[in-house]
Order: sequence, then C-alpha cells, then structure tokens
Amino acid sequence: MLHTINKSPFERNSLDSCLRLSVKGSPILLIEDGVLAATKETAVSDKVAVATKDHPMFVMGPDLKARGITDDSVADGITVVDYGGFVDLVVEHGTVQSWL
Amino acid sequence: MSEEIEFDTAGITKKFMYVNRKAPYGTIYALEVLEAVLISAAFEQHACIVFIDDGVYQIKKGQDTDAVNMKNFSKTYGIIAMEKEDADEDEDMDMVWRIIVEKESMEARGLSTDDFVVDVEVIESSELAAIMAEQEVVISG
Repeated sequence: MLHTINKSPFERNSLDSCLRLSVKGSPILLIEDGVLAATKETAVSDKVAVATKDHPMFVMGPDLKARGITDDSVADGITVVDYGGFVDLVVEHGTVQSWL
Repeated sequence: MSEEIEFDTAGITKKFMYVNRKAPYGTIYALEVLEAVLISAAFEQHACIVFIDDGVYQIKKGQDTDAVNMKNFSKTYGIIAMEKEDADEDEDMDMVWRIIVEKESMEARGLSTDDFVVDVEVIESSELAAIMAEQEVVISG
C-alpha cells in the first residue's frame, strides 16, 4: 500500500497519523504542502529521519519547485520523483491511502 | 428506446476501507465518505469503517445541529450499524462489515465507547495499520 501526505506537518497531524498507521516497509510519498516535511533542519526533521529507516520515502519534485525548495535542501533518504514516478509508485503498490 | 442497464457485479467482492479523519460539519469530508459507505452497502462489498483523529467526533452521541442549519447525519450511522447486523446474520450474504475506532485517537480526545452512537471495535494503531495494509480499496476523508 502506498501512503500519500498532502498537508504540511507544521499545520496538520497527517504526517503523524500516517507514521502511526502505516506498516513498516510501505512507501510514503509527500505531495502538495506535504513536501514541506522533506526539507532539512526543521522541527520535524528527526521524526522524518526515523521514518526513512522504516519506509521508502519519496517527495514530488514539481511541488518542491513550486514552493522554491531546491533538491539539495531535501533531507537524506528521501527520493525526489516527478509525475511519472508518482504513477510508477501507484502501479507498483496498487492501493493508495491519502492522508488529507 | 431506453434499456435498463444491468451491472454484472455478481461474485466481485472487494475489501473496502473508509478512513474518517475529520470532525463533522466543519468540512464536507465526513458526509461524503458516509455517502460512499452507503453505496458500498448497495453493492454488498466488504467494508471497514474506521474513525481516526478528529473523525471519532463523527459518531459522538448527542449531536444537535438545529442552530447551525445543517443536517445531523450522525443518525445515519444507525443505518450502517443495521447493515452490519444484516451482514453478520445473513449466511448467504458474503459481506463483512467492521466499525473501528482507533484507541489512541479516542483516548486523546477523552472519549470512551459509551460516547458513540454505534457499537465499535476499539483497536490500537499497530493492529489497525496491519488491517489497513490488507485492504484492496481505501477511501479517505
């Protein structure tokens, strides 16, 4: 199962709920305002770093770019993908849970 | 001219999960997910209806929406409980329904099972994560 998060971790609890309710090994894709969780040296960085050990983590490049966040400010262990990469993840993992 | 359209869905049963994470009335999410659950009943699909985070307030007892001019749809969960009973009792019906509240979300809001309009299973997040991972279709709100 693929988990997507589209809300900022500084505004909503979507990231926390996702981490609490996803089984180890299931991939997590950060999209829209959810991409803010992927940046380095934030209040949620430690939490995200732990998550990258339990989950393959991805972030939407176009959403980062739109928000002025460059790839080099993305935390280690998070892979930047494009729309094609999003489609590949959905095809590979079938069911999607959206943490809205 | 007009022909009746028949949907041949015999034998196709999938595991659906409905994830409710928003309090009612502030946004449309809760009502929209509820409508999808009712459709799922019509097609005799398996359903896990889950209440997480502020979603637990959707089934809080004593909702009175008169003064805010909105429909109190918490009563509709009574219909869902009836659907579940039908599914449980009818041996010919291959339909498993579960109504689940996440323990952590319930406790964080000072609620207990006595506060809900329907009987629920209270399940911890680790176990609920495993149930979620088994689903074939997840509809979130």
